[in-house]
Amino acid sequence: MRTDPRYDYALSEPRLPPPVDESLAEAPIDTEVRLRMWRKLQEIRQFSKRAYDLFLQNLVRGTTHLSLGMEAVATGFGAAIRPDDYTFATYRGHGHSLARGMDPGRAMAELLGRENGILGGKGGSMHLTDVSVGMMGSYAIVGAHLCVANGAAWSAQLRGTDQVAVVFFGDGTTNIGAFHEALNFAVVWNLPVVFVCENNQYKEYTPIDAVTAVPRPAADRALSYGLEPSLLDGNDPDAVYLEAREALGKARAGGGPTLIEAVTYRSGGHSRADPGKYRPDQEVEAWLARDPMVLYRARLLSIGVPQDRLDEIEQEVARAIDEATEFAKGGPEPGEDSLLTDLWADGGSSWRS
Amino acid sequence: MAELTYREAVAHGIAQEMRRDPSLVMLGEDVGPAGGVFTPTEGLIEEFGPVRIRDTPISEQALVGAAMGAAMTGIPVIAEIMFSDFVAVCWDMIANEIAKTRYMTNGQVSLPLVIRTANGGSARFGAQHSQSVENWAMMVPGLKVVAPSTPADVVGLLAGAVRDPDPVLFFEHKGLMGSKGEVPDGEVVDELGTARVVREGTDLTIAALALMVPRALLAAERLEGDGISAEVIDVRSLVPLDARALLDSVSKTGRFFTVEENPRLCGWGAELVSIVDEEAFWSLDGPSVRITTPHIPLPAAASLEDLALPSADRIYETVSKSVDLGSRR
Ligand SMILES: Cc1ncc(C[n+]2csc(CCOP(=O)(O)OP(=O)(O)O)c2C)c(N)n1
Ligand SMILES: [Mg+2]
Repeated sequence: MRTDPRYDYALSEPRLPPPVDESLAEAPIDTEVRLRMWRKLQEIRQFSKRAYDLFLQNLVRGTTHLSLGMEAVATGFGAAIRPDDYTFATYRGHGHSLARGMDPGRAMAELLGRENGILGGKGGSMHLTDVSVGMMGSYAIVGAHLCVANGAAWSAQLRGTDQVAVVFFGDGTTNIGAFHEALNFAVVWNLPVVFVCENNQYKEYTPIDAVTAVPRPAADRALSYGLEPSLLDGNDPDAVYLEAREALGKARAGGGPTLIEAVTYRSGGHSRADPGKYRPDQEVEAWLARDPMVLYRARLLSIGVPQDRLDEIEQEVARAIDEATEFAKGGPEPGEDSLLTDLWADGGSSWRS
Repeated sequence: MAELTYREAVAHGIAQEMRRDPSLVMLGEDVGPAGGVFTPTEGLIEEFGPVRIRDTPISEQALVGAAMGAAMTGIPVIAEIMFSDFVAVCWDMIANEIAKTRYMTNGQVSLPLVIRTANGGSARFGAQHSQSVENWAMMVPGLKVVAPSTPADVVGLLAGAVRDPDPVLFFEHKGLMGSKGEVPDGEVVDELGTARVVREGTDLTIAALALMVPRALLAAERLEGDGISAEVIDVRSLVPLDARALLDSVSKTGRFFTVEENPRLCGWGAELVSIVDEEAFWSLDGPSVRITTPHIPLPAAASLEDLALPSADRIYETVSKSVDLGSRR
């Protein structure tokens, strides 16, 4: 684990991205893995853009939180994680759900509030869950799920498996009590859990440094819990993948928790139709130029992957997202027969005789 | 049959379930070597060891969250919150996460967990260590809520709660810890959602919970001296609620009283009264009456706390007056 001095940018104003670490082209990562990551980046990006379009068409109601610009974190972890590991995400969890292999059609249908949604329309955009792929839920009250992830890690420890729980959360979440409780608890119990702060530099509409005692919201807290600070380029899938592999391996081997701060940027607004006007133009432009798609396309080309191969994957994903959209739109709206089901394990919601 | 205190019954019930299910674990603050603040878990760590009986930091969110995460991944858990007042510190975890998750995930996630906590007043601990918060829990869809009044019920209902695949809040009453009662030998398992008629009567029905049950029984004895036959029902489980037992009783007696330790507004009795009103109205010979703690935080001084909590005297007087008024009308 390492702290990279290039990330001291957080002290600067506006918050400009650091240069790309070109040496990562040489990193020991199979080209197959990199192509899978390219595909996943594409899937998450295209899914998010489609969700946004559907939102504008009033087909996605309520709210929706996209991770446009932040796809590399989910992608890098998704490539490193084992199928029986556990993922816990926030309301900004579409990417993490897809990274674990949730069917995009069922995810999209959930956003549309349809019966064929992954939660039958009962959870919605902020709660995507698919236990069958280890996606243990998306949680919408800031902080809580760090504690829940500890429990899954504890359970793996008790059952004597070497499963790991990975929990993703925002920079803003480092200021709620549950974050601190969860870290202390995980260290004291030596739990196989990886805490991943996706520092997109804003909590809703407020720059994180305006409300946080330290410049690096997660990394600067690590030492308080006896953990090594770990700060990485959250826009670089290779950087994330390498760090994920290391942290997962450490947890699996009984080495306990890791706290990672992945520095990234939300290229859209916080939620719904938030245009994100509170951000300086120069900052937004600089980060758009540093977008994970831009970065990774250049990386893959630089290591000799043919342009055609990248385009082909992009188009395959486009077709899959079209199909997912059709599947979602084709689903009926859930009706009365599901309203009162599944509160209890007996399938119903009866509370009295 | 063995005579156990209520406090001993807690450990007895936990031990019974831990012997039955080797995957069951418990966590909480000072539940290990210390045996808990009210010593209800004394002796457990000696038998089950520090892996299954685990002390936690003072981190209610972390410990209840850990219970949730373990339960959703196949480990049944008992979590202890030292005083029920402290559930407010982790209410997000209980009311937003644990309660909602099965429904929100369309049934994907099961949460076989029990949160045990010391509830209620009479110990002169003041407003932040004495509340009865069972009604908070009752209001949240997705939580089962149990509050035993006897050692036998502690064992049986705890076993029922542990074996229930849904999250259960299990309220142990501080004021009953030293009370004694017979607990049957062998495995004791009781069914959630069943009330018990603890005293049969014909003139009126009194529904009570936890510490209020023995007080209602004392009042019923005095009422009998006045020629009034009170039926006392130990509600035992607020969710699921044995509404049938209450309605059956009221259709026989024609009068309904609740004795609630929770403060007045939205106390559990309000829900019971509304059920009786909707479904047994034509059996009623008079208004339903709720006997509750006033709508105040509990005071610490013995004299004040005694005035605040429903006492056998207050129950007796309120019921007598109400019955008296009814007969004069
Ligand atoms: C306990 C709690 N407080 C406030 C909110 C409202 N809220 C939703 S998202 C959010 C910002 C969180 O910021 P961050 O942790 O940085 O995550 P990001 O949205 O940037 O991914 C806030 C304040 C909430 N959901 N939960
Ligand atoms: Mg943020």
